[in-house]
Amino acid sequence: MRIAGLTGVDVALDIAGPGSRSYAFIIDWHIRVLLSLAWFCIAWLLLKFLASVPSTHLSARWFVLLPSLPAAAIYLFYHPLLEVLMRGRTPGKRRAGVRIVTRNGGTPGVGALLIRNIFRLVDSLPLFYPVGLMSCFITAQRVRIGDLAAGTLLVRDSEAAGKSLAQLGSMVSRSGLAPVLVELINDVLERWASLGIAKRDELARSILARIDSAASAAELAGLTDAELLQRLRQLLDTGRIERT
Amino acid sequence: MSAVAAGAWMKSRARIWGEWLAQSQSRARRLDVEAAQRLVERYRALARDLTTARRLLPDSRATAALESLYIAAHASIDSSAPHTRATLLRLFRTEIPAIVASLRPAILWMGLLLFASAAAGWWLISSYPDLIVLVASDKMIDAVEHGRLWTEGMLNIAPASIISVRILSNNIVVSLFAFCAGIFFGLGAFYIIAVNGLMLGAMFAFTHQFGIDGELLKFVAAHGPVELSVMCISAAAGSALGESLIRPKAATRRESFQQAAGRVSRVLLACALLLIGCGLIEGFISPDPRVPLAARVVIGLGYWLLMLLFLSGRLLPREATRERAPD
Repeated sequence: MRIAGLTGVDVALDIAGPGSRSYAFIIDWHIRVLLSLAWFCIAWLLLKFLASVPSTHLSARWFVLLPSLPAAAIYLFYHPLLEVLMRGRTPGKRRAGVRIVTRNGGTPGVGALLIRNIFRLVDSLPLFYPVGLMSCFITAQRVRIGDLAAGTLLVRDSEAAGKSLAQLGSMVSRSGLAPVLVELINDVLERWASLGIAKRDELARSILARIDSAASAAELAGLTDAELLQRLRQLLDTGRIERT
Repeated sequence: MSAVAAGAWMKSRARIWGEWLAQSQSRARRLDVEAAQRLVERYRALARDLTTARRLLPDSRATAALESLYIAAHASIDSSAPHTRATLLRLFRTEIPAIVASLRPAILWMGLLLFASAAAGWWLISSYPDLIVLVASDKMIDAVEHGRLWTEGMLNIAPASIISVRILSNNIVVSLFAFCAGIFFGLGAFYIIAVNGLMLGAMFAFTHQFGIDGELLKFVAAHGPVELSVMCISAAAGSALGESLIRPKAATRRESFQQAAGRVSRVLLACALLLIGCGLIEGFISPDPRVPLAARVVIGLGYWLLMLLFLSGRLLPREATRERAPD
């Protein structure tokens, strides 16, 4: 979805689909269940221990209230509280690489986030969010009813892409190579370990043939996998190949 | 434009991009004026760089990275002001009373529906007593048939604090559900009010047959007026959601629904607070046999009047009108 920036420069927001949404929810669900259970068990054990001390007298209400009430609060308020505190994110959303934004791409306010969470009552009907999921499948912006009510969207968080900017800038600055080449070499180096040896060597040779005019085809063909990696790294650091 | 120019441009911007990245990663919740101005400046500069990058390096990682920084800066700028004490005061003093006033006809209709369905429930169980199995559990029926309310001895089973918490959380969920159910073109809200009214009337008719309807009245006298009123208010807010879908006031139904939800949902905050009070009364006072009927009626009416004052904005002190000093 394209949004118009306040400066007139528009950008595209990558809408998260039901898959990312469900993935984030499952992570969050496990976290809140584990936290609730942890609290329940710790409080219960603590009360049991206190009850065993002869001088203390604990009524039955403590055994009900202290373990169960905060545990229920953790479970119920996990989403609204964390979404407000983390400005549209939760640990699950962060892991799934998504975040909540307004329809203008802004950070949603407390009111919008609370409305979004109130409508979980409808989205989760009758169990495990079938209404919400169906809504995600049939709406153009892949939103559940809570998002429709709050005017929010779930988008892919592109923060990781931003982090590469400074790195790319300094690589271009150091190497003096064209930015396109820097990106290309950087891409190959980042994926080096995951690529097959034959494939990565072929890629490295074609890049080196393009940049290093002094190297003959025979010389490049004779380079080992480790030597090719070293030459690419050298190129990215200094912009040239030093021959010994 | 040549790759050389693109490279030179990236080189010249590398340092500043590093700074921007560091700034975007420091997530200060509250910005002072200077920091906010710096953010706006960065946003403008990012827009310029993004335009240049799109021209010089289309479909590159650098452009994508600049876009993501631009989106992050946009999200930081386009965010609502933090909620302060003044915002909360304004909400309870001005905004909620205005919403309640606008919902008044719907609230009255919901009250009428509750009353009508209670009457229907009374008639139904008076005419066909066997149908009580549809609205009451076996345990409740058994207790009434033995001439006592199912609420008797409630305090012996669980402490009042636990009963209160259980009741108030249940009531808040019902109230929220009455609101959310309004999305089904308002029918959900009507359904919840009708069902609750029917159950109320049916239980009164059933207890009447065994001569303990007075006891039931005594039980609900303290918390009932506010609890039922709040339910009607939540359902009225839900019906406003339905209304926004049936007769949209914005360009699209989605926008109309979003506007209505954003406006009327504020009233739920007041409903939740009032229901906390109801839960405490229902847990501590209603099941206590030592509290006489007169005291219960006084509490019930007193709390109801307090609710009226609260929802009309008269409970909180008026905002002092500041006269502007001449320049």
